[in-house]
Amino acid sequence: MSRASRTTGTRIPTLFLIVIFIALAMSLAALIAGVSFLEQNQLLSGYLLLLGFLGVALSTYVLFQARRRLLRLRIEVPPITTTIECKKCGFKNVREFQRGDYVFKEVDLCQKCNEKMLVTAIYREVKEKEKERKF
Amino acid sequence: MTPLLNQWGLPGEDMISQILSVLFYIVFFIFIFYGQRIQMYIMIREVEGSLYKLKYIRDEGRKIAIETIKEIGKPQTDPTARVDRFLEYFTISPQSLDPAGVVWKLEHILDVRDARFKDEVKLMAPAADEIQANNLENTLEAAMALNYIYKVIRHFYLLGKKTLSLYIIMQLQMILPLVMREAEAYASALKAFAYGQPIGDGVGALVAAKLMHGQETRKVAKDCVVATVTIEGRTAYVIKAEGPGGNVGKPGDAIKTVIEENNGKIASIIMIDAALKLEGEEVGEVAEGVGAAIGGPGVDQFKIEETILKYRIPINAVIIKEDIGDAVSPMRKEIFDSVDKAIERIKQVILEKTKEGDKVIIAGVGNSIGIGQ
Repeated sequence: MSRASRTTGTRIPTLFLIVIFIALAMSLAALIAGVSFLEQNQLLSGYLLLLGFLGVALSTYVLFQARRRLLRLRIEVPPITTTIECKKCGFKNVREFQRGDYVFKEVDLCQKCNEKMLVTAIYREVKEKEKERKF
Repeated sequence: MTPLLNQWGLPGEDMISQILSVLFYIVFFIFIFYGQRIQMYIMIREVEGSLYKLKYIRDEGRKIAIETIKEIGKPQTDPTARVDRFLEYFTISPQSLDPAGVVWKLEHILDVRDARFKDEVKLMAPAADEIQANNLENTLEAAMALNYIYKVIRHFYLLGKKTLSLYIIMQLQMILPLVMREAEAYASALKAFAYGQPIGDGVGALVAAKLMHGQETRKVAKDCVVATVTIEGRTAYVIKAEGPGGNVGKPGDAIKTVIEENNGKIASIIMIDAALKLEGEEVGEVAEGVGAAIGGPGVDQFKIEETILKYRIPINAVIIKEDIGDAVSPMRKEIFDSVDKAIERIKQVILEKTKEGDKVIIAGVGNSIGIGQ
């Protein structure tokens, strides 16, 4: 696996970006020209405005699509929570997961009673959108 | 419309309708002769997009595996070449033309595979302790699965493109959503394995761990531990894979050993495992039934069924529902919360199906990564 193959798909290709931005610049130029010709030549102005609007819409759409594809490519790392409890006094501490944590691992001393605390839970929370459930 | 078109210097309605009807005929004939091909190109594009994503996930998996080995294993040489070789490993399943005894052949092949993987991990990461080595093995297996998925999809994509066969491409495009779900699940599993976080599949082991916590444990069978716990006046032998390293152990052998130690005098066996939920079911739903609740290649299930048949021991199952993505990614809160509900169910089963003083086996099946005892 070459280095080149490893970077494929992780960023928008430069040539692609250049083409999009040139198209966007030309479309904007057409829009400006269309507005300036509005009183002198309505026919030409109409064509230019039409072309300009179409160009701007298309190039922004393509750009956003490319960005969306990149976002879809990322591997999401969900936040993992570790709950530590003192079995004696019930003191609870919730913190981010640290490498080496495992359920029923004895960790630091309790702030209240100086007893060894225990990892009692390691989990991730998923916030799901409320969906209307018909079935 | 016409005055406006005339104002813009365009011909009138008649001309336009003529052009439109010519265009319509052109499009009509193109679709008659090339419709299927156009449809195929659209499908090819779709598959290509997914293949890009699979490639990215596969490469990320490989990168995570190599980084973790370097970080934990402190190898003297660069492990990249060895990891690449590992990703290409394959296992040939035994011949089943004569099915008698195929389970033992399969078990042997799986044992050889396991030993080989463990040796490879030791060579790649000499500084890793046993727990870390188990986690690394799981990480590499997830990377291997991603590599395999990518290669199979690429094979059919290229084959479809080469032969221009609509049916190859169509089949590929139809199964892609499911394949992508699985690949994404393995991608999130990679991080979980690398960091040693409990995964959804380990919920059975977590139930057993909660039941046996604080009790003395002893090793029984390979990578399995058992603790003797008193529950509702019954003696319960609680079995789970040894944690917190990532392994599933051999619950089949463990259950068989405990049954034989007690000369078959076991009133009931209760197995707890994660099970795939159907769409529409809630994650973490607890259900109860009968039978050996255990997945995998089937060797352990076979052994359990053989032993319980020999001694005529009733077997009950408690399952916790989750989807494939949840099974291999870090454990969801809903699944974690379902552990207490599952314990309540187990107690209920014990009360209903056994008498005081009876002996029962409670086996928590699943990967014990990130779960101690």
